[in-house]
Amino acid sequence: MQTILGIPAPLLFGQLLIGLINGAFYALLSLGLAVIFGVLNVINFAHGALYMMGAFVGWFLLTHLGIGYWPALVLAPLVVGAIGIVIERTMLSRLYDLDHLYGLLLTFGLALIIEGLFINYYGVSGQPYAPPQALQGGYNLGFMFLPAYRGWVIVASLIVCFGTWLLIERTQLGAYLRAAVERPELVRAFGINVPLMMTLTYGFAVALAGFAGILAAPVYTVSPIMGQNLIIVVFAIVVIGGLGSILGSIVTGLGIGLVEGLTRTFWPEASSTVVFVIMAIVLILRPHGLFGRPRE
Amino acid sequence: MRLTKLALATTALVGLATGAAQAEISDGVIKIGVLNDRSGLYADLSGEGSVVAARMAVEDFGGDLQVEILSADHQNKPDVGSSIARQWIDQDGVDLIIDVPTSSVALAVQQVTSDTDTAFISSGAATTALTNDQCAPTFVHWTYDTYALSVGTGKAVVEQGGDSWFFLTADYAFGHQLEADTKRVVEENGGQVVGQVRHPLSTTDFSSFLLQAQSSGAKVIGLANAGGDTTNAIKQANSFGIVQGGQQLAALLGFITDVHALGLDVAQGLTLTTGFYWDRTDESREFSERFGERMNGQMPTMVHAGVYSAVAHYLKAAAEIDDDGGKAVVDQMKTVPVNDFFAENGEIRADGRMIHDMYLVQVKTPEESEKPWDYYNILATIPAAEAFQPLEQSTCSLVTN
Repeated sequence: MQTILGIPAPLLFGQLLIGLINGAFYALLSLGLAVIFGVLNVINFAHGALYMMGAFVGWFLLTHLGIGYWPALVLAPLVVGAIGIVIERTMLSRLYDLDHLYGLLLTFGLALIIEGLFINYYGVSGQPYAPPQALQGGYNLGFMFLPAYRGWVIVASLIVCFGTWLLIERTQLGAYLRAAVERPELVRAFGINVPLMMTLTYGFAVALAGFAGILAAPVYTVSPIMGQNLIIVVFAIVVIGGLGSILGSIVTGLGIGLVEGLTRTFWPEASSTVVFVIMAIVLILRPHGLFGRPRE
Repeated sequence: MRLTKLALATTALVGLATGAAQAEISDGVIKIGVLNDRSGLYADLSGEGSVVAARMAVEDFGGDLQVEILSADHQNKPDVGSSIARQWIDQDGVDLIIDVPTSSVALAVQQVTSDTDTAFISSGAATTALTNDQCAPTFVHWTYDTYALSVGTGKAVVEQGGDSWFFLTADYAFGHQLEADTKRVVEENGGQVVGQVRHPLSTTDFSSFLLQAQSSGAKVIGLANAGGDTTNAIKQANSFGIVQGGQQLAALLGFITDVHALGLDVAQGLTLTTGFYWDRTDESREFSERFGERMNGQMPTMVHAGVYSAVAHYLKAAAEIDDDGGKAVVDQMKTVPVNDFFAENGEIRADGRMIHDMYLVQVKTPEESEKPWDYYNILATIPAAEAFQPLEQSTCSLVTN
């Protein structure tokens, strides 16, 4: 059998593919964080909790209302997005003129409250959620067995990520958005409703987290603490990619997934630490992140 | 004159001696601190359930003992656990610390309690180090340990033909110990271990590790982890077609809450070793139903049941000698056998190990399960004498000296 660095080649390819799947989740979540930071200047610590809510909405729809995976894939992001809009309107919007720290504290507190409530009602062990009928089973790729559902995760998240990137970088709406970030007063003078735009942006970015949540439900256990473990890694990814950089967050998300996959092969014990080592190195060499630009 | 002096001195000495023997319960109240994971991956198997179980034990005990219960979250961090323990003992006057899942935290707490003569009974922790190199006269290990788990599941699986193993191990004290113990049992029974991979605590994605296990070609993948780590690994092994591919999963430490989280579709057929199953006898059912009423219908795990049994036994011993010194109560506990819904003729040995029967169970299929939480078929009872490490093998200084 062919080996690369002492690891059988099929095993290595398998690890890279799995890394890419995890990277897809990272990309979806870090994209939302980057958009929120870019447009609202808020570090959204509630992102992990909202991701968890996405998964729980899916579970709730299935067990209590009998609504399956495919409708939930649309409904869960909508519900989470709506909750996001309420949070933005009633709380976050009051903090825009203050220091970043206030937004961070508010969202961190919200995350603790949301997770605490869910733990209280559902415990931490989690709820079962099976993949939809059409995506059960898997393909034998020769070098590994790929569960059909995981293949779908890559496809779905890449479509959503690049769709979002196109929306922001290549459309009229995206242009308004970027302008509103740079010069809000000027954009307002042109008759564009900036506060509304901010609300919708937060709602949309949070819906992305909800989408990642329902996408994750059949893979991981649907549990109130599922966001806790992920969110810290995702923050590290946003920092590595450069705060506020849309493309940077997508590319870094996928890249970190790959690096983690490799680490799990060569040095499994370090797999949860490697992201932070990379973050430290990037902060030393390029304090604005790999794709970030210094802000004036 | 000389005689009088001698008499006085003797009286004084006798007075001192009886004074020590009559050491009463400090500040008139017994304080029990339930220390466990209340928010992380072990919160369902211990957490609030253990507090409820402790409270039930106190209520059922009745009597005129004044008992107060405190609880705290150690977050699975040894430094957090030992500083809470120290604060409880120094400032709050806690007399008994109970539960403490997560072996690394239990080992840290053991240091504190043995230094301060405070009783410590662990229901949640698994490592046998607590009754070997790091044993203490103030400590009792109640519910299970890595030795008992490996004897139950390891032996049963090898006997069914699973003779080559690959371990998926949680990378801390508990996982290492469980892996080492099971490896020994597998090899003693003629099997072999072809490899292992160590994963960090609270891993979300196990697919990389599962892929390595898959390519090892081992017949059995032993999961030397617990709680959310075990359920995630089983769920993902299922989607990667590991069981369909002919490999067998052995969850070395599985709790009933894990089976509940997985659902019977995924968990069916798993073989587990447990110290307690709620639906075993009338007494266990009676306790479990009362527990369920306070816990939204959840049935107790072996950790919860162990907490109840341990607190009840502790209170009896403390009332008997009217003392709450750690070593004094534990010494008294060792003289009386444990007989309740949890253990029949349980015995606390010199090394602090409470030995009792363990059960080898298999998870039912969805068709077999007739009511909520009806999850296990009991395959075999492992007698106390076989289930736990023999006393002569213990490296505990209380035994070897």
